[in-house]
Amino acid sequence: MSDEPKKTAKSGGTAGKTGRPAGKTAAKSPAKSPAKSPAKGRTSVRTPARRIDVLKTYKLFVGGKFPRSESGRVYEVTDSEGNWLANAPQASRKDARDAVTAARKAFGGWSGATAYNRGQILYRVAEMLEGRREQFAAEVAAAEGLPGPAATAQVDAAIDRWVWYAGWSDKIVQVAGGANPVAGPFFNLSTPEPTGVVAVLAPQESSFLGLASVLAPVIVTGNTAVVVPSEKAPLPALSLAEVLATSDVPGGVVNLLSGRTREVAATLAAHQDVNALDLAGAGADGELAKELETAAAENLKRVLRPDEGAAEGVDWSADPGTSRLLAFLETKTVWHPIGV
Amino acid sequence: MSSASTATASPASAPASALADVTASDAALRRYLHGLPGVDAVGLEARAATLGTRSIKTTAKAYAIDLAISMIDLTTLEGADTPGKVRSLCAKGANPDPSDRTTPQVAAICVYSDMAATAKKALSAGGGSGINVASVATAFPSGRAALSVKLADTREAVAAGADEIDMVIDRGAFLAGDYGKVFEEIQAVKDACRRPGGGEPAHLKVIFENGELSTYDNIRRASWLAMLAGADFIKTSTGKVAVNATLPNTLLMLEAVRDFRAATGTQIGVKPAGGIRTAKDAIRYLVVVNETAGPDWLSPDWFRFGASSLLNDLLMQRQKLKTGRYSGPDYVTVD
Repeated sequence: MSDEPKKTAKSGGTAGKTGRPAGKTAAKSPAKSPAKSPAKGRTSVRTPARRIDVLKTYKLFVGGKFPRSESGRVYEVTDSEGNWLANAPQASRKDARDAVTAARKAFGGWSGATAYNRGQILYRVAEMLEGRREQFAAEVAAAEGLPGPAATAQVDAAIDRWVWYAGWSDKIVQVAGGANPVAGPFFNLSTPEPTGVVAVLAPQESSFLGLASVLAPVIVTGNTAVVVPSEKAPLPALSLAEVLATSDVPGGVVNLLSGRTREVAATLAAHQDVNALDLAGAGADGELAKELETAAAENLKRVLRPDEGAAEGVDWSADPGTSRLLAFLETKTVWHPIGV
Repeated sequence: MSSASTATASPASAPASALADVTASDAALRRYLHGLPGVDAVGLEARAATLGTRSIKTTAKAYAIDLAISMIDLTTLEGADTPGKVRSLCAKGANPDPSDRTTPQVAAICVYSDMAATAKKALSAGGGSGINVASVATAFPSGRAALSVKLADTREAVAAGADEIDMVIDRGAFLAGDYGKVFEEIQAVKDACRRPGGGEPAHLKVIFENGELSTYDNIRRASWLAMLAGADFIKTSTGKVAVNATLPNTLLMLEAVRDFRAATGTQIGVKPAGGIRTAKDAIRYLVVVNETAGPDWLSPDWFRFGASSLLNDLLMQRQKLKTGRYSGPDYVTVD
């Protein structure tokens, strides 16, 4: 391979593993340009006949389908060292609108399904995740710059977390609801019910474990979700969509909108048909969280604020407790006459 | 044909004078309708698709939304219609968005003939006296009844105060090639739209049920047939079959009314009905109206939407334009 072309010396991630036949690469890959498109950023060509790359087109997940952004925009996703990984769709406010419509449409069926059924479906998601552990570990490793074992540990923790939340589906009502003693001839029963459509800003730093930790508690109780995954590292989330699409979760129950968190979140926070807002990924400074909370006040959305001083340092591997489950439930109390 | 009066300034007998020989006999009518140029289906659909891509934004969108609201024939045509449901529909038509009084009223409330009186009363009591009552008649939606029954149905509706009559043509006769029968039936119903005690006769809308006519050529023939017979409006469909109003068949009917006015001087209205559910759809139709028939038709007098759920989507879009926030179904009525 004496005619081997000059190389950009950029390798890395999932994109740069293979090369093209030398002549083709030489024609297409000027060494000076930054790694931008699939044709650039190759490693050296070592053998004359290698496979052509099959690059994955990451797409949004809305209503059980995988559309491109309505705006046609994409943005570059890089690994922790700045090497190009893929182009992710950059959702617009109209994508947010469509996602909320899809989530609203799915709410009746999902919240009306039995808790047992929802638990089974979420458990099946965990089964499917288990089968794709390696893919997720590779994506998490690339996205967060973790060494292999640490990334695998994150994925394992996320799957375990998912199973743990799935188990809560038919138990949370007993824990959070109950029969109330009242001074009168009534049965007085309180039962927690799902809030509705929940907009979730997934954590920015923990692209997969953090995502699972905020998404599972929202949907297991019967809410439907519009999720804005980590802006810098959306690929594990977009791959999670493929798992959700093939694991009995009805279309629209989870909708994923990768893009600029600030842009999409503003639309979701102001949307009159969104019932609750999880600000886990609203950023460290608290300024965006405040803006979104103000917008959310218009129709009295339930807002789950990020923990005080949570900034960078949320430990997503810690025991989560039931607080995230309870944050998106509303208690319904019924009075039923005794003995009439 | 002498009763073919419309709201245009042209003399009532204009169609008759311009195309009198066409309707002189069954054979002449048949010859004329089959002599109409064939429809280029591919071209028609491509044209409709192209017009459907126009981007209407900001002030133009606000104008289009208000215009579309004012063109709606707010419709309930169900076996389960109760007087209460009709009254609440009338209240909604008179005041579509209680949180915003600048919202225009709809054009008409469209009901079955036995509900026409209820609707009329509810509208005059509820601040909707400017809203017409449209009643379907002539054995809607199938049109399968004796002519005497159809005429009695029409007279009852007119007597109950209906301002507009939506009749269905006899598709069986049309498809069998019996154009003369369809022609005479429309004329007879038109005649039944006159009020016994004088006064403005009820406007006649003629429904073709395009989904059952199968071909674009048939839709063009039906359009001309109805216009020659004295229809004030031609309407795509009943909303009761699988294929209802589509952009191409509405475009085709708009071409027909445009050509008819050019030939006779009489302006006829168009009403697509069924399947138009979103503001986006409605705006596409308005673009097609403007580009095909022209701005003369951009008025509730000449173009209507037969719809029920469309109004809610228009109202949500209107709220979005006003506040900048996406609205939701919680902020419009459930009907």
